[in-house]
Amino acid sequence: MSKDDSRRVILEKVMRDHGYQESALLEILHKAQELYGYLDKELLMDISGSLNLPPSHVFGVATFYSFFKLKRPGQHVVTGCMGTACYVKGADEIMQAVEREYNIKRGEATPDGKLSLLVTRCIGACAMAPTIIVDDEVIAKATKEIVLQKIKQVLGGT
Amino acid sequence: MTTTTVTLKIDGLEVTVPEGTMILKAAKDNGIIIPTLCNLEGLSPYGGCRLCLVEISGSPKLFPACITPVSSGMEVTTKSERLTEYRRMAVQMLLAERTHICSVCVANDHCELQSLANQLGVDHVLFERKWTNLEIDSSHDFLVIDRNRCILCTRCIRVCDEIEGVHTLDLKLRGKDSQVIMDLDEHWGSSCSCTSCRKCAKVCPVGAIYIEGEPVSHTKHKDIAEFITERRQRKWKR
Repeated sequence: MSKDDSRRVILEKVMRDHGYQESALLEILHKAQELYGYLDKELLMDISGSLNLPPSHVFGVATFYSFFKLKRPGQHVVTGCMGTACYVKGADEIMQAVEREYNIKRGEATPDGKLSLLVTRCIGACAMAPTIIVDDEVIAKATKEIVLQKIKQVLGGT
Repeated sequence: MTTTTVTLKIDGLEVTVPEGTMILKAAKDNGIIIPTLCNLEGLSPYGGCRLCLVEISGSPKLFPACITPVSSGMEVTTKSERLTEYRRMAVQMLLAERTHICSVCVANDHCELQSLANQLGVDHVLFERKWTNLEIDSSHDFLVIDRNRCILCTRCIRVCDEIEGVHTLDLKLRGKDSQVIMDLDEHWGSSCSCTSCRKCAKVCPVGAIYIEGEPVSHTKHKDIAEFITERRQRKWKR
């Protein structure tokens, strides 16, 4: 990541607006992910340097929240809700089925970069549990079959 | 300079301590030992292990003694059947959460978790054990971390930050998945901020961080944090 990268200029401005305060870490991580799509180690190192925070602390914060992505997300993203209601209603089994089908683990992307599988903690749609999000579409009362078919459909569309 | 003092009762014993003292310290200074795994004198309190829970009359809640400051007229109970039950449960949960097998652990017989379990009579675990298979990092010249034995007390993290001052260590992820990391989750051997000071190994209550080829009985020295803090304040006691 070069310093004259336009995204870097925007991020630098955001950090400056926050006065490089430690307490602005979350805001800045949000902005960085918005700009770059994910947070790689180089970017985290850069942020930790600018805010004068230990790298391990920045990494700890970035991994604490499932919102932050540390790996480049695939072209299509499947996100499973692992909130209590969805979990109890079998979201885990659906995720396992996707893992088996595409031979990836949650948090990873397929080697061709087409699909990544993520988990989130609660999307606040517990009444529709289990919910799985395929790209921007929330699948309510999901089943293995519906989800796998939906994934096949979005992958086929590219 | 005068310090305001507070008088309270701990297990029926009337004690007077400076204002702002935590119950755990007030009790310890008066000869009452409350079990703890995460608290360490010389480091900031963390309140993570929940073993120092005490009862305070007038409240049905339990309070962690390490982060509850004393107040005037407080009546604290540190030993009761209910507390023992909770402490036994906390120890069992710690044992169940990761792979704790004393017989093959470097810290066998020099482990705070093991001795606490013995003390509380925990001879079996009622919860389903997780048998974790987390990474063991021995890339450092002599420091080794076995995350499967870690109880996430964060003593190593606090000693690294507050005493050594480099903050190489921290926690990643959360809940049961939490793990101690070095810098940006690097291998220990390639961490550029670690000063190899060994303090993390000295304060680790279990066998999670140890020094290769050195008996744990020799490594463990948990008073180090208090010792250094006192020296820095020029309190030459030892």
